[in-house]
Amino acid sequence: MSVSRLLRIIRRTALQVIPTVIGIVILDFFLLRLAPGDAADVMAGESGSATVETMAMMRHSFGLDLPVLRQLFGYLSSLAHGSLGFSPLYNLPVATLIGQRLPDTLLLMGLALGIALLLGITLGTIMALNAGRWVDRVISIVSLVFYSVPGFWVGLMLIVVFSVMLGWLPSGGAETIGAGLTGFDALNDHIRHMILPATSLALFYVAIYARLTRASVLEIAAQDYVRTAAAKGLPPGTIALRHVLRNALMPVTTLAGMHIGGILGGAVVVETVYSWPGLGRLVFEAMMKRDFTVLLGVLLLSSLLVILVNIAVDMLQLWLDPRIEVRR
Amino acid sequence: MMRGDATTLPVRGRWSVVGRPNALGAAVAPEPVSTSYRALRVFLRNPTGMSAFLLLLLVAVVSLAAPWIYQDDPLSMVARPFLWPGQDWDYPLGTDSLGRDVAAGLIWGGRISLLVGFTAMGLGVAVGIIVGALGGYFGGGIDNTLQRLTDIIQTMPSFVLLVVLVAIFEPSVQTVTAGIAVVTWPTVARLVRAEFRSLREKDFVMAAKALGFGHARIILLEILPNALPPIIVTASVLVASAILMESALSFLGLSDPNVVSWGSMIGSGRDALRTAWYLTAIPGVAIVLTVLALNLIGDALNDALNPRSTTTP
Repeated sequence: MSVSRLLRIIRRTALQVIPTVIGIVILDFFLLRLAPGDAADVMAGESGSATVETMAMMRHSFGLDLPVLRQLFGYLSSLAHGSLGFSPLYNLPVATLIGQRLPDTLLLMGLALGIALLLGITLGTIMALNAGRWVDRVISIVSLVFYSVPGFWVGLMLIVVFSVMLGWLPSGGAETIGAGLTGFDALNDHIRHMILPATSLALFYVAIYARLTRASVLEIAAQDYVRTAAAKGLPPGTIALRHVLRNALMPVTTLAGMHIGGILGGAVVVETVYSWPGLGRLVFEAMMKRDFTVLLGVLLLSSLLVILVNIAVDMLQLWLDPRIEVRR
Repeated sequence: MMRGDATTLPVRGRWSVVGRPNALGAAVAPEPVSTSYRALRVFLRNPTGMSAFLLLLLVAVVSLAAPWIYQDDPLSMVARPFLWPGQDWDYPLGTDSLGRDVAAGLIWGGRISLLVGFTAMGLGVAVGIIVGALGGYFGGGIDNTLQRLTDIIQTMPSFVLLVVLVAIFEPSVQTVTAGIAVVTWPTVARLVRAEFRSLREKDFVMAAKALGFGHARIILLEILPNALPPIIVTASVLVASAILMESALSFLGLSDPNVVSWGSMIGSGRDALRTAWYLTAIPGVAIVLTVLALNLIGDALNDALNPRSTTTP
């Protein structure tokens, strides 16, 4: 990839991305302004004793008494300075709060995506290689069942089977509390806590990747160069892996990039089921407590994450297949 | 498929001498659409699609008949709590932690799931068609603006946005429905826009323009009918995903507290997960069967309406 081409791509992406980001910030801001009650109301409610004066004082100290446009510009300018604002309820800067929760969620999402891709691509390839036979039909139905199951329900059922009945895996949390594990044991403990939530999150996407891989493999397998490979006597396994699957994975990577937002949404529910201390639970807690600064920060940051992942996927594809011109 | 083909127009009036169709006087009779019968026949002959359709019909009929099957409020306490399914045949699916009848809740809950699912789909598809058709047909500035709007909504993680929307406007059946429609219309808009962009260059649209038809007529009667097949397939999958979203919201407690729904049953059954897991399992099975039926119908519709693509073997 030449430097000038890379620069052109970056410029075009920036032209697309910046208006979207600004749009999202403004939309989020006004949306959350519509919410009934503000942080001062909630704090007053929790403390149980608040006079009109203390409420006004709290609003003043949070900047909630300023005109809406001033508040928006205040928010925008603090964003420009790299700050996401301050959460009065958690008594922490929002950036810090998100920073504490983000790694756990990214870990969970990464593992879920990994499981989904591995299972989906494997199942899809098996389906394509047996197209039309009963193996194909059975896997097709099974993957459609995965696609129809609510993630939180799978999560609960997995807890019933693997934690309550079999007692193999922990039913919630991120680590065994008070065990004081270190090194390899701690890592092992952490992974054991991740298996069930990541699986619940992954099942929905297994179906999508399986179907896509199946269609894509069937399409590639009909290409001339695959016939050439077979004609020159290569073993079927080599053709399937190196000639077909490698090219069939292109659409799967695009789609996987587009699913980041969806997986994050799924994490809100799955993290609630497994009391996983991540970003998803933060969204839910902030919503319940009407902490708009936190919500705004999480929505904005997760949208940015989606945009960044999409740019990365674009670049990856350009690198994988130089024939692709930049989209749009 | 193509309608309003200029060459087959009846030539009438004073322009007939010139041999050109008269746009002012010409009456274009809509051609009977024969393809939809072919599609219907294909759908009816698809065993998976038909069984899924019958299953959905069963769920719909039972849900609609809820007021006759269980007259009482499904939220009222009727028996001893934690009766297991089959323990007392007056309550075939058992009772929950407050002694409420699980079977009654299941049947009443189905009403909410189907109501929200279909209404949200209808709203989302309507908005999506309007936005997509306008952008795809006119292009230019309108298209750019609408595309930006679509981009903004699609970039935000949709379930997070949905949670925010429903919580802001207070959870109720209406806000949940509207919220789901808000996060789903961009999918339809993208699809419709792409269809319109490719169809607007086709000869039959040129012919309609040459005949002097207005934009509204071309959009609604010429292009839209030809863009419908993928929209119909998407619609059935959207109902499925709307039901999943509604159940997740009510599981989190973001639903009307006075209405029982499958998700809220799972949410309240969760507290007794270790001892009475059937409270969580039963409503979940109902969701899975309904959503699976809708997805299978979507596949069958795709096979019927789009013969060149095969999603199922």
